[in-house]
Amino acid sequence: MKDISCKLLVIGAGPGGYVCAIRAGQLGIDTVIVEMAKPGGTCLNIGCIPSKALIHAAEEFDKIAHLASGRNALGITTTKPAIDLSQTIAWKDGIVGRLTGGVSGLLKRAKVKVVQGRARFRDGKTVEVETETGRQIIRAENVVIATGSVPVALPFLPFGGTVISSTEALSLSAVPDRLVVVGGGYIGLELGTAFAKMGAKVSIVEAQDRILPQYDAELTRPVSKRLKALGIEVMTGAKARGLAKSGGALLVEAEDGTEISLPADKILVTVGRRPVTQGWGLEELVLDMEGAFIRIDERCQTSMRGIYAIGDVTGEPMLAHRAMAQGEMVAEIVAGHKRAWDKRAIPAVCFTDPEIVSVGLAPDEAKKTGGETKLGLFPFLANGRAMTKQGEDGFVRVVARADNHLVLGIQAVGQGVSELAAAFGLAIEMGARLEDIAGTIHAHPTEGEAFQEAALKALGQELHI
Amino acid sequence: MGEHLIKMPDVGEGIAEAELVEWHVKVGDLVREDAVLAAVMTDKATVEIPSPVDGEVLWLGAEIGDVVAIGSPLIRLKVEGEDSVAPAGQDEKAAEPPARPKDIEAQADGAVKSSEAIVERQGKSAPPPRPPEPPQRPPVRTHLPSVARAEGERPIASPAVRLRAREAGIDLRQVPGSGPAGRITHEDLDVFFTHGRQVAKAPGLAQNNSVEHVKVIGLRRKIAEKMALAKSRIPHITYVEEIDVTALEELRAALNANKRSERPKLTLLPFLMRAMVKAIAEQPHLNAIYDDDAGIVHQHGGVHIGIATQTGSGLMVPVVKHAEARDLWECAAELNRLAEAAKAGLASREELSGSTITITSLGAMGGIVTTPVINYPEVAIVGVNKMVVRPVWDGSTFVPRKMMNLSSSFDHRIIDGWDAAVFIQRIKTLLETPAMIFVEA
Repeated sequence: MKDISCKLLVIGAGPGGYVCAIRAGQLGIDTVIVEMAKPGGTCLNIGCIPSKALIHAAEEFDKIAHLASGRNALGITTTKPAIDLSQTIAWKDGIVGRLTGGVSGLLKRAKVKVVQGRARFRDGKTVEVETETGRQIIRAENVVIATGSVPVALPFLPFGGTVISSTEALSLSAVPDRLVVVGGGYIGLELGTAFAKMGAKVSIVEAQDRILPQYDAELTRPVSKRLKALGIEVMTGAKARGLAKSGGALLVEAEDGTEISLPADKILVTVGRRPVTQGWGLEELVLDMEGAFIRIDERCQTSMRGIYAIGDVTGEPMLAHRAMAQGEMVAEIVAGHKRAWDKRAIPAVCFTDPEIVSVGLAPDEAKKTGGETKLGLFPFLANGRAMTKQGEDGFVRVVARADNHLVLGIQAVGQGVSELAAAFGLAIEMGARLEDIAGTIHAHPTEGEAFQEAALKALGQELHI
Repeated sequence: MGEHLIKMPDVGEGIAEAELVEWHVKVGDLVREDAVLAAVMTDKATVEIPSPVDGEVLWLGAEIGDVVAIGSPLIRLKVEGEDSVAPAGQDEKAAEPPARPKDIEAQADGAVKSSEAIVERQGKSAPPPRPPEPPQRPPVRTHLPSVARAEGERPIASPAVRLRAREAGIDLRQVPGSGPAGRITHEDLDVFFTHGRQVAKAPGLAQNNSVEHVKVIGLRRKIAEKMALAKSRIPHITYVEEIDVTALEELRAALNANKRSERPKLTLLPFLMRAMVKAIAEQPHLNAIYDDDAGIVHQHGGVHIGIATQTGSGLMVPVVKHAEARDLWECAAELNRLAEAAKAGLASREELSGSTITITSLGAMGGIVTTPVINYPEVAIVGVNKMVVRPVWDGSTFVPRKMMNLSSSFDHRIIDGWDAAVFIQRIKTLLETPAMIFVEA
């Protein structure tokens, strides 16, 4: 097979890699991207998108089930719903197919050459790819490592059989009767909630003293409340110990030290993700590492000239939009533009019920920066739109510097607040002050009004509370 | 709510227009009654325009450097209350009369360096314009605290500004932010591009390709126009002669040592002024205004000596009126008063006009020779150079003498070289034998 030479080689066509390649192609850079599976990476194939599809289906099912229970205030009656999960999954796969196909089309339009197969570095400028038709050598002036991350397995609970990762959870053919989720982070909660809504009896085992430990308790409280209402059993301070001998239960050491056996048809382990730093020839390179991650500078450059790394393989937060922004930046750097990472905030969203958004600094983090801070919190309880959506739980909270009112962080929890991430991110990225948000007309009636009111509250000028 | 129109005030008799040299407010500012809104400039004096009412600035009618006719709309304010005036453009009579100039101030705050008489005195700076006080009314959202970015703090700027700076190779930490909370705006970057750009210093010499565009306005424009007029119309003849001021300096030292305390300290200039008065008595056509368009030389009986004075904003020429009627001490006192007023920016238009002949002196900076430019439409200017001790051959030996050059220019259309030489020689005789200044021959 004839060797390929190019200016830019991207390894991994996840959100970071494919964005990088598309932008590079648009900039006229001769670009090759290597992907061993379908383009789109974890995000499109087995992460963000499929989980949102499943969550949506579960919500719809839950709504109807709630209406069918006859205890609703809306006066709607219906019959008890049923779900054919395999059809749901097929629908989800259709969406995934459309999106990955879309990415392929975009790569093609940007004149990016896609090589299917597993890449492995020979040296800093040469990569060999095992393709279906043989070995392909690619020589590149610049290489971008965008190999992503995979779910972490617990040594005493290896994946297989009843023990599944998020990947398998998104392709189950039937709703398990009893699902135990190990790990109360956002992935476990999102999926656990979805399966509970679809009728599974769900237990969540979290080793720390509360769920979503990276968020403050105020922000996670509405989620805990909803989990309880959904009948999900949350065990905090509890440690998974392994499979029961029978195989149909998870042994858990509860907070008080007692050992409990949780019957389970499926055990979903979501205890985090680790960067993919094996299997592609890291050992052929001399890259400085930062823990398990590849160390990068503000231009996503590794310790080797001409080798860049983006996305989950470079560290937290392991989020698709971070990888995309990095990918775009690196393509422009390779094109000779002056670029460096200068983002103010990377929004984080949990698609739990209700949803959580956090952009910028949380109140505690803001306090640690030294200066005085101002806080404004507006509950959806006082928001008309939230009432009409039956989503009065939650709030928007704004943290700002006390001296010049520069907004440092914005958090929200509530039904559908993920869409507010756009406004929150823009405010922080533009360097908004509380007055800027308070002085912007927010459409009525929307949940976004709570954002404006939170800013007004921080200024002591709240109107609707 | 109503509007209040402020027109360009009548800033002086016979003045039809004035140049806007400074805005103290911008659109959207809240101003209080008597707060200074703008500064305008007539021939030489700068006049501040105060606000007659409290209000919010809606519109500014001119840009800095514009020449605005007296009575033209200048500022529109939004004012509260029922007694507010009809908006501009309606009945002219309904509008308030033009604002009265609050006080007359020239814009100088620097030191006067022009003459020895002046350098020795400490001038007071012009009081800074009072900042507009915050209004008493409630919604004060626009007036919330804005704290400048502290040293080393991360700059606040929108992504577009950050990108533009990055591409231009500018470190935003070095760009001052004018926006709320010290946010760096595109305009701040523009300013930084044209003025403040500081490229990281590489060792060795580096090219500086910056070009600063400075608008010539206000006093500088007046000076430029006047100089161009003088040099393009007047064929200058410059005559330089050296003067032995040893005796004069002895006299001056003795007078200063024995003077009454209330009397001003004498510099050389009052002696020169008195000597010029004497010389002019014999050559009155040197003390004149030449109306070259009309073809008439106005020879003045009164000797009104302009004193070229360096101020913080540029050259000004306050005038000692009727030097022929002032004795040495009075000349000195008036000289000091005017120099101080000019330096403080308080000289009135009257004090800055009406000269018939001018003295220019760079004092200790005076050099050997200068080629003074005549203060158009006068016909003569006497320039004082630096006094130094030089060896002088007295016929048998070299003796140290205090020597000083006078570099003087004359309008050669009116003054022949001969007349110029006679005038300067007469002054030389008077200064070298100072008793003659005071005694009638």
